Amino acid sequence: MADLFLKLSNVSKHYTGVTALDQVDFEIYQGEIHCLVGENGSGKSTLIKIISGTVQPDDGATIEVEGHVLHDLHAIDSIHKGIDIIYQDLSLFPNLTVMENIALRRYVAEGKRLVNWGELKKIATKAMARIDVSLPLEALAADIPIGDQQLVAICRALTRDVKLVIMDEPTASLTKKEVDSLFSVVLDMKSKGISTMFVSHKLNEVLEIADRVSVIRDGKMVGIYNPKELDDEKLTHLMTGKKLEYTPFARTQVAGEPILELRDLSRRGLFHDVSFKLFPGEILGITGLLGSGRTELALALFGVNIPDSGEIFFEGVPTKIDSIQKAVELGIAFVPEDRLVQGLIMNQSVSKNLTVTTLDDLVNRFKLLDRKMVKGRIDKSVKDLSIKIPSLDSPVQTLSGGNQQRVVLAKWIATNPKVLILDGPTIGIDVAAKHAIHQIIRDLAAHGIAILLISDEVPEVYNNANRVLIMHKGRLVKEFDEMDSTTMDEIQETVNLTA
Amino acid sequence: MIKKITSRYEFLVFMVILIFSIIIGLINPNFFSLENILDILQNNTLTGIFAIGMLIVVISGGIDLSFTAIATITGYTVAVLLLSHGSQLNIFVVFLIAAVMGTILGMVNASIIYFFKIPPIIATIATQNIYYGLLVVITQGKWLYGFPSWFGAFVKIKIFSLVNANDVKYGLSIVTVIWFAFIFLGWFILRKTVLGRSIYALGGSEASAQRAGFNILRLQLFVYGFMGLMAGIGSVIQALLVQTVAPNSLVGKELDVIAAVVLGGASLTGGVGTVLGTVLGVLLLAVMSNGLTLMHVPSYWYKVVTGFVILVSVAAGAWRKRAISNKKVIIEAE
Repeated sequence: MADLFLKLSNVSKHYTGVTALDQVDFEIYQGEIHCLVGENGSGKSTLIKIISGTVQPDDGATIEVEGHVLHDLHAIDSIHKGIDIIYQDLSLFPNLTVMENIALRRYVAEGKRLVNWGELKKIATKAMARIDVSLPLEALAADIPIGDQQLVAICRALTRDVKLVIMDEPTASLTKKEVDSLFSVVLDMKSKGISTMFVSHKLNEVLEIADRVSVIRDGKMVGIYNPKELDDEKLTHLMTGKKLEYTPFARTQVAGEPILELRDLSRRGLFHDVSFKLFPGEILGITGLLGSGRTELALALFGVNIPDSGEIFFEGVPTKIDSIQKAVELGIAFVPEDRLVQGLIMNQSVSKNLTVTTLDDLVNRFKLLDRKMVKGRIDKSVKDLSIKIPSLDSPVQTLSGGNQQRVVLAKWIATNPKVLILDGPTIGIDVAAKHAIHQIIRDLAAHGIAILLISDEVPEVYNNANRVLIMHKGRLVKEFDEMDSTTMDEIQETVNLTA
Repeated sequence: MIKKITSRYEFLVFMVILIFSIIIGLINPNFFSLENILDILQNNTLTGIFAIGMLIVVISGGIDLSFTAIATITGYTVAVLLLSHGSQLNIFVVFLIAAVMGTILGMVNASIIYFFKIPPIIATIATQNIYYGLLVVITQGKWLYGFPSWFGAFVKIKIFSLVNANDVKYGLSIVTVIWFAFIFLGWFILRKTVLGRSIYALGGSEASAQRAGFNILRLQLFVYGFMGLMAGIGSVIQALLVQTVAPNSLVGKELDVIAAVVLGGASLTGGVGTVLGTVLGVLLLAVMSNGLTLMHVPSYWYKVVTGFVILVSVAAGAWRKRAISNKKVIIEAE
């Protein structure tokens, strides 16, 4: 094997009263693809911050880069040693061109004062050539797909003599195709001796190409593993320290009248001729690739995208859902994909978020908010969904991803919905929280709520839905009715065929 | 290439100016006389210079409502000095004093915004009141006039002189040339310096700018300091043009300047805007007010028309943007 690039030993970090890292050892070889996994709050981010030099470890730690012991690693040293971190948000400038996004940082680092646009272009072109990608240099970063934005961030790292690229949750919002092209870039960097460190809080594709996997839990390094010896179950166990009881979904036969029926619903450019029935107490899964029209269809049922043609029957009655108010009135609730942006008011308290959808019910006869009713509603939600919160007044943004999702769910359940549309309910949350959410969804269905579960994760719909529909380019291309006689691979393959 | 030009927002503003001009010119052919055009340029130098400063602030993601108060202070200080030591000063020293004072007051804004993490709009409303209030307290609102003759002579300098049909002299004013110089400076900073691109970057995403290693404090000191500099220069221009300094002569000017910058395509959310657009924005408002005067529309109507032009332009800009992004979604879906 090649030489060690980075070696951390005995790294601890204590904040007042909290141990973020406890005697952690960590190493990466030159040209290695290393995956660091751990749940939220396991100490992953502290470790990255120490490597990036923005946080200093406690005394007693040693950091070696290319065999040289560093006494203090500060941000600027880390940069000079060739370490580059690509955060999940990619830290791009949406209003600048791809070219500037790639090259400007190096310009600033070199202390240049004047911009030579020709040189800027040369720097960007050279960086792209190193990994053999081609990006539209004149386009604004905001206008290119997220997968390309990721490549911009990588090219930005490659404008310098980079030796280690750390990527935080790199595949979270990429399509299958984009993940593949990211991987080929990473393998290309590997062949040039550049190390890559993937950081993730969930199980995902990055294991495919990783050389080694380090698992961290509660600030301690659990161990280093060969990814070929890991499967979902084992990794979950290592990450959480718990054996997750995964109860298979006992699918109940749904009968009776459909609560919602779509007949040839179309909207130009978004979805075409969509027909299906949804029964009370049923979980209907819809899957397909990013851009298949899943979300657009869901929004049509919530009064956002008004269909051009086709019919919607609600409880057997032809109904036009032409506004969100109308959808809410009918008893349709929608939990959006990007819960952070659309579902929650991030800087407001948990209690305000929990009651915002039902304010009309919580008023006294003067049409003013009734404090007691508000409190009762909040307490019930918190108890029902076991949301862990420091205080009802804490802003939602201070909660973990899983608890945020529960707040969104609670907010809508409070409206007593008949139909609950969940769009990517477990995106970006860790394994344990994911299972908890799945359990909640099943409980809701058991209470008679009809659930439309939209997800790009085939295992999620396979394991939790009575029936599964597959969408492609705005059309339903296949329906799986008998889940007990269908395997997950069959569904996955059907989805892959649409790529 | 042609499509690239026509698809730019600046082109839209240019077309609107052209259409307005043609309409006004048809009603009153005097509009297209060189004399009138040079007159418009000179009369809008003040707004034009302020707008360059404001553009840079807006690109950085901020806003400054205190620059008129800064300009009032620098203008008043200069006027007091002109009255007491007029014979020992010259025009360069006058500009220098106003520029330095303006820059310092602008940097005070930057420091407040950076260190106390106060939104720029609140911080500058506060400093506007403080700056302006202190000035009124100290001066008791007195008007100053009767400046040395050399101060009056400077503004009459013309780069070239012509004579109109009524034997009145006109020409390209030195004041207009100063504006053009600052237009060039603004363009150079924003387009050709790393500093300028960093300001765009800051306006696009402050978090990313921090991670990229930009010195945010330095950027903000520059941005608000430059606005203060423009305020200082503007105050001298104003004193030159009207030969009087009054504590309340610039009140309300902030909104005209912001309107011009927004009309020129800058986004108040930061990160977007060009010097060309801002100059066109200033000219659009200028052509309108001049046209209304030439068409003998009562001046009360000026505000109403301005309001509508802002509304229509900004709405058209937003509509175009949405149309473009819709088109993209459909292409991706197909």
